[in-house]
Amino acid sequence: MSFLTLESVSKSFGANTVVKEFDLGVRKGEFISFLGPSGCGKTTVLRMVAGFETPTSGAITIDGEDVTMLPANKRRIGMVFQAYALFPNMNVYDNVAFGLKINGMDNAAVDRRVRDMLDMIALGHLADRYPYQMSGGQQQRVALARALAPQPRVLLLDEPLSALDAKIRLSLREDIRKIQRELGITTVFVTHDQEEALSISDRVIVMNKGRADQMGTPSEIYNRPKTRFVAEFVGTLNMFDARVADAGANRLNLAGRDIALPSSSGAALRNGETVKLALRPEAFYLDAQRPDDVPLEGRVQHMGFHGSIIRAKVTVGEQTVTIDMFNQANVAMPSVGEPIKLYFSPADALVLAA
Amino acid sequence: MKRYPAFPTLIVIAASLYFLVPLYATFDFSLRMERGVLSFAAYRDVFQSDTFISTLTFSAVASLVAILLGALIIVPTAYWVRLKLPRVRPLVEFLTLLPLIIPPVVLVFGYMRIYGNNSFLPLTTTDPGTNLLLVIGYTVLSLPYMFRAVDNGMAAIDIATLTEAAESLGASRFAIIRRVIFPNVRSAIMAGAFLTFSISLGEFVMASLLNRPAFGPYLVQMGQDYAYQPAALAIMAFVVTWASMALMQVFATRKPGQRFLPRMPRLSTFAPRRVQS
Ligand SMILES: Nc1ncnc2c1ncn2[C@@H]1O[C@H](COP(=O)(O)OP(=O)(O)OP(=O)(O)O)[C@@H](O)[C@H]1O
Ligand SMILES: [Mg+2]
Repeated sequence: MSFLTLESVSKSFGANTVVKEFDLGVRKGEFISFLGPSGCGKTTVLRMVAGFETPTSGAITIDGEDVTMLPANKRRIGMVFQAYALFPNMNVYDNVAFGLKINGMDNAAVDRRVRDMLDMIALGHLADRYPYQMSGGQQQRVALARALAPQPRVLLLDEPLSALDAKIRLSLREDIRKIQRELGITTVFVTHDQEEALSISDRVIVMNKGRADQMGTPSEIYNRPKTRFVAEFVGTLNMFDARVADAGANRLNLAGRDIALPSSSGAALRNGETVKLALRPEAFYLDAQRPDDVPLEGRVQHMGFHGSIIRAKVTVGEQTVTIDMFNQANVAMPSVGEPIKLYFSPADALVLAA
Repeated sequence: MKRYPAFPTLIVIAASLYFLVPLYATFDFSLRMERGVLSFAAYRDVFQSDTFISTLTFSAVASLVAILLGALIIVPTAYWVRLKLPRVRPLVEFLTLLPLIIPPVVLVFGYMRIYGNNSFLPLTTTDPGTNLLLVIGYTVLSLPYMFRAVDNGMAAIDIATLTEAAESLGASRFAIIRRVIFPNVRSAIMAGAFLTFSISLGEFVMASLLNRPAFGPYLVQMGQDYAYQPAALAIMAFVVTWASMALMQVFATRKPGQRFLPRMPRLSTFAPRRVQS
């Protein structure tokens, strides 16, 4: 039984439908991410859950209660915004205490709860600071504590890390996940950063033009994308044109070579049709791993050093292929201009409708 | 040393003289009530007058009530317009500017017709009623300054997101305005308030047509009857205005959690540093 559900929720602004028949079920304590390009409707879905927008059609329930028409201040939902949105006239303590006082909690209990929350985000020593006296990362932690203080039923975060610099973004997202796990709070996290979504979520929903293209665990989304959009939006892909030689036996023809695919590689095949064969950069090897690996011949065009990995561009025929190799200091790497052989396993290939 | 370009400097000097010379002349004149010596006799005279004290108090109270009323009307209005009706903001802005275009005489005659002797609400027949009309009139006069100040104050904070943050924490509209919006535009309200105060303190037309014992009519009466005292009053009015402006600055630039006035630096920091040899 899902704790938070959206049933074919749609939202139009005038003639512009920005969320279309959106279905979602989030289990209690689950951490869900909405991932998608700018303007695909992530924020709009989140705002409907929060109660800041009313769906044009469809229903939203929390813990079995239909909240579709419930005003935002009655929903008991915690919200964290990209721009922190701390109350500028209040110090850290009062910001965190706001929701508790509004709900009529007595002073002693407020004090205990605020101290607990500040300890949780490790900012107890800054209780007297005002928002303008703090860094963005500190402000966002306070915003998180403020949202969680009144023990909301659901926590919503709309690109909470986008305004922060890379290092803080990384550490804060781990903090958010850790706190979320400890409290067991049902969470929806919005981001357009795929690495962020894949690294902290139980499940990811990839959104495209107001629809959920695919919902799944991070590894399902990355390794088994269901649509071309998901495959291209998440991670890097190399695409090859291949002709279907025998649809029944899952055999393709790639540049004169016969390839047998495992049965679960994606789109349905039809004889004679041209399809796209997609491969992740890390699916290529410089040596054959298995007997049925497919070899390609190419020439190194560029070697990019990224620390733990090396991302090379290799010209194969008329195409440039991106490949990732582990950086192993004691293994000789190919050099630019050198001809090399690449291998990939047909099992790693994804078939996308052309 | 920074060098100042000649021509602009000349213009600034000329403008300053244009402003300062008459001020100095008035000040000088106000000191000459006693023949042959410079003294503050005219000021003493003014302060000893009961009418001065009573009219000043009346006007000050009327202005303060008008400011309060103005803030209570303007803040929720400006908030609501910015949040929900951004398209009508130009219209509201225009409406609040009307008091600058329509002379107060027109307004006050309108009041006298609507709330006069044989109207449904004969406010002008009683003293409290007439005082109320005066306060309402001052509130109207303050609209251009109050609205502008408060609206600018709201532009400086993200009221839409702050409102949503407060809402998701369970706050009602009223609680949001009272606990989040009001405190955040308080310095803007103060800025508008000091402007309003300095204008309505010496206001003449409304006070005199409504026949109120206010400071404006008293000033005019003094100007007709005496020579030196009005000069002294003019200087004092000037000082009050500038003090209001200064306070406005202090409030406008104050941050939450800051003291009302900046902490006085310790005297020792001003001690001349000894030059090491
Ligand atoms: N109040 C509104 N009125 C009209 N159109 C709106 C409104 N809010 C959002 N939209 C439109 O709905 C679409 C989806 O917007 P939304 O903010 O949900 O996108 P998003 O996925 O959050 O994008 P981003 O990653 O840029 O934040 C956009 O085309 C936007 O212009
Ligand atoms: Mg968004």
